[in-house]
Amino acid sequence: MEQATKQALQIFATKARMGVLDGVYHAKAGHPGGSLSICDVLSYLYNVRMHVEPKDPKMPDRDRLVLSKGHAAPALYAALALKGFFPVEDLKTLRKSDSYLQGHPNMDKVPGVDMSTGSLGQGISAAVGMALGAKLDKADYHVYAILGDGELQEGQVWEAAMFAGNHGLSNLTAIIDNNNLQIDGTMDEVNAPYPIAEKFQAFNWNTVEIDGHDFDALESAFAAADACKDKPTAIVMKTVKGKGVSFMENAVGWHGSAPNTEQYEQAMAQLNAALAELEA
Amino acid sequence: MAEAIKCATREAYGKALVELGEQNDKVLVLDADLAAATKTGMFKKAFPERFIDVGIAESNLMGVAAGLAATGHIVFASSFAMFAAGRAFEQVRNSIGYTHLNVKIGATHAGISVGEDGASHQCCEDIALMRSIPGMVVLNPADDVEARACVFAAAAHEGPVYMRFGRLAVPRVFDENYTFEIGKGAVLTEGTDVTIVATGLMVNEALMAAEALKGEGISVRVVNMATIKPIDRDILIDSAKKTGALVTAEEHSVLGGLGGAVTEVICETVPVPVLRVGVEDVFGKSGPAVELLHIYGLDAAHIAEKAKQAVALKG
Repeated sequence: MEQATKQALQIFATKARMGVLDGVYHAKAGHPGGSLSICDVLSYLYNVRMHVEPKDPKMPDRDRLVLSKGHAAPALYAALALKGFFPVEDLKTLRKSDSYLQGHPNMDKVPGVDMSTGSLGQGISAAVGMALGAKLDKADYHVYAILGDGELQEGQVWEAAMFAGNHGLSNLTAIIDNNNLQIDGTMDEVNAPYPIAEKFQAFNWNTVEIDGHDFDALESAFAAADACKDKPTAIVMKTVKGKGVSFMENAVGWHGSAPNTEQYEQAMAQLNAALAELEA
Repeated sequence: MAEAIKCATREAYGKALVELGEQNDKVLVLDADLAAATKTGMFKKAFPERFIDVGIAESNLMGVAAGLAATGHIVFASSFAMFAAGRAFEQVRNSIGYTHLNVKIGATHAGISVGEDGASHQCCEDIALMRSIPGMVVLNPADDVEARACVFAAAAHEGPVYMRFGRLAVPRVFDENYTFEIGKGAVLTEGTDVTIVATGLMVNEALMAAEALKGEGISVRVVNMATIKPIDRDILIDSAKKTGALVTAEEHSVLGGLGGAVTEVICETVPVPVLRVGVEDVFGKSGPAVELLHIYGLDAAHIAEKAKQAVALKG
């Protein structure tokens, strides 16, 4: 990947992280950890991969993104706002009773959201349905689903995986945010879904394992998905929960709690510094 | 009323899907390994390319249905009521109800008349579950004529619909002049002493009960309530005013189904006695369907008894 492109993607991701912090801080609630871990892949998807039109969010031939790990809504909203689907300023209204930015994604209220999610395990099934719908209609749009690693504990994920594999839904890419933490602890402490890629392979999926914060790796992973014409692809991304904010990184406690003012300012200072360095 | 042709509403569902499929190529039918029993197999035979079997995975069934609906298809998703409304409740609630997607749930084998399979498969809670979801339309046809009409009405309706069909062949109640509109109940026989509000296979029993009561000098209005949600408030209020007492009759738990819906309206508008005929907060058991219907009090005799009690309660 060209350095300028990578830099632009990093800048977008950093701004998305600031959007996450803004939303969660002003809401005094939300899920910063698992939002920060997917900002890089969202930057890549919305800036490089996805055919979407902010002025026409329901454009029939658009690519779809289903945030199956719906609690990472702050990251999705930040990416959509940065793309121009709605004002960035609105991110501060996250979770407020007079805001359209619901705690978990709502397709009827938020421009650019393709599926209402939040109850884990359900988004991937809807993504499978969309991919099947595209095949039946001989439409060539692609469907992306982002899942948490803890979400893989939901049985419905494997119902969906079995079906997608058997139907060879090559227009479906599942992205697994493998940050190794869930609310009650590490994957191992709770109920580890490992090995992840092998499980998807057993369900007849193409799989790629990458560092989810490395844009070159993301580029090659999605290229591998493109190259596979007869199977859905699962991209298993190793990520850092809380990525980009030092005190949130790899800390279980930041799964679902908001920073106080001091913590917010510290986090924004770090992100601003990172942004300044990128833009220098 | 027409002569006593017998047909299961699930049979009518399967036939109607084929008819609908011929008219509208946006119609897709999904099943979860029960196509022979739910009768979606008829559609599968006619339109194999528009039939999708997800296997024994009802949660995924509802999610895939939602995703297909999100791409502009009219999706009928079928399984037994126990699994469609029961097992997959939260998928229906969040992926179909909350999203207002255009999914029609065709739930067969509802109620005690499943028969020999026994309590694990006799879903008497589905109406209560489904009508608690905001915006969900809940339909429970009385015979094959009405079942067909429900399928076409559901397809024409934009948004989620739950349709409840039975396994047992039941007598035809309606003739070819029958018309159906979502949200509208219908007076089948006029009467002045008490109203029986019935749904599903209990409509025929209600008509028989009314006939028997006529012989005892009790004048009964019978209302067919094929739409449980949105419930026809006007016909209920009118019935309460004109007859002063109501009895509900359904092949479902007395908790939360038609009985619940009717009492909610009547208590808040024209408070008159309402007695409920249904499954009395118990699990069913194995046995021939018709025998079970009598054992659990889902018959004309029990309705007539309750109607007399309701008349006695009038002030």
